[in-house]
Amino acid sequence: MGGGKLVVDRVRMAFARRRGEPVVALEEISLTVAEEEFVAIVGPSGCGKSTLLRLVAGLMEPTSGRMLLDGREIRGPSADRGMVFQSYTLFPWLTVQRNVEFGLSLRGVPAAERRAIARRFIAEVGLEGFEDAYPEQLSGGMRQRTALARALANDPEILLMDEPFGALDSQTRQLMQELLLGIWEHAHKTVLFITHDIDEAILLADRVLVMTARPGRIKKELVIELPRPRDISLLTSPAFMAYKREVLELLHGEALRAERGASEVGAGG
Amino acid sequence: MDLRRVLAPKEEIPAGLRLALGALTGISFLALWSWLTYGGLVRPDFLAPPHEVLTAALRGLERGTLLRHIQASLLVILSGFALASVIAVPLGILMGSFQVVAAVLEPITGFMRYLPVSALIPLLILWVGIGIEEKIAVIFLGTFFQQLVLISDVSARVSKDLIDCSYTLGASRGQVVTRVLFPACLPGVMDNLRVTMGWAWTYLVVAELVAANSGLGYMILNAMRGLFTDVILLGIFVIGLLGLLTDQIFKWIRRWLVPWSPAF
Repeated sequence: MGGGKLVVDRVRMAFARRRGEPVVALEEISLTVAEEEFVAIVGPSGCGKSTLLRLVAGLMEPTSGRMLLDGREIRGPSADRGMVFQSYTLFPWLTVQRNVEFGLSLRGVPAAERRAIARRFIAEVGLEGFEDAYPEQLSGGMRQRTALARALANDPEILLMDEPFGALDSQTRQLMQELLLGIWEHAHKTVLFITHDIDEAILLADRVLVMTARPGRIKKELVIELPRPRDISLLTSPAFMAYKREVLELLHGEALRAERGASEVGAGG
Repeated sequence: MDLRRVLAPKEEIPAGLRLALGALTGISFLALWSWLTYGGLVRPDFLAPPHEVLTAALRGLERGTLLRHIQASLLVILSGFALASVIAVPLGILMGSFQVVAAVLEPITGFMRYLPVSALIPLLILWVGIGIEEKIAVIFLGTFFQQLVLISDVSARVSKDLIDCSYTLGASRGQVVTRVLFPACLPGVMDNLRVTMGWAWTYLVVAELVAANSGLGYMILNAMRGLFTDVILLGIFVIGLLGLLTDQIFKWIRRWLVPWSPAF
């Protein structure tokens, strides 16, 4: 447990309610992410997977337990944990170029240097020629490309991705998955990726963690031993299908539990 | 041109038709006015005919009184509005995003925003006298609390994800306020300043009700005593036109200041 880049150690998260017992979102989660590893977490909706990511980002404090990045305890948000959100979070008043430079400019990186770094990552996500466009003028896929470039330009120790392609149509989503595969396979960032899309998790990750319905726990860990470099042709291979069947079966039971849990809450509240 | 299409909800109409319909409204209004006055249906001391309003305008311009009144009113309106905006914009932004600020201010804003400004005039006279300060104070009080509530609403609607995202990019709390919250509020602030500028004009006559000796509101009130309906109508038209002009100026400033955000 001590050797991971990111260590989540018995983290529990309960939300207080105005009346009644607190809602337990996460029940004693422990996990590690190794240096340069790509870990995906899948789970039914409402299982607390986004909460887990926000805890790692330092945007929330856990009820108990602790989290370490490079052996140092996580207290509050910081540039060493970059995040890409599902919602569009580009700064609408800044051009693509300025958005990507944002984190660097906060740290006082000289203008020429930050311009060069931003250009490199804009090229990496395939947005050359759109440097001076405002977010309003971009498609959903292009906005998420910019958000990815912005997170990468800040050179974080770990990249946290919260269903970053969840709002995109399925063709655009596949393009984005391929783009991320390409970038990850040569940049070798440490990534913690949240999704409810099973294909996405298996295609991208070295390891897939399946979560239970609320209160969320890690139900099972699957090591994905598919060869790299990967691309979307993998989606129809027998090995991929075998992984998919396993995750589907694990999740199906949880989805049923989640539904039942929701209806109980509905009837009781 | 398909009539059914033109009369369907939310359908675009040709630009020419739009202009023609607008012009028709203006012409109908003038025609009705002329018919009532020149046709002898309304006595001229109740409603002055169009040409008398025009001559009143020319007379006012010739003597310089009209410009003097416009200047006096503009000074009152712009000072009151600027003073209110300078305080309400930053305070409103903080109020919408910091619950501490909201908790402190809400009892005051909640009470003040439903209070008619005219109810405060006696107190204002006692406290600041009957000079230009009192008139500026009326405009200030009429706009400030409305601005505060509207702008705090703009600030409250800035997405939490945008703020959280800034933290993960390494922003401090101070940087989040100055480099994210303030620019994110700018389009909404401009829209609401434009709306409240319109309201400031509506307080003008109230502001010049007491002990004024110049200004468009004073001009109207003074003309009432002598039944000079031509001057009253002139005052109304000038206020309307100036209101329209400031509205246009705000549209231009917004387009120049926030080119990245489409106007509503």
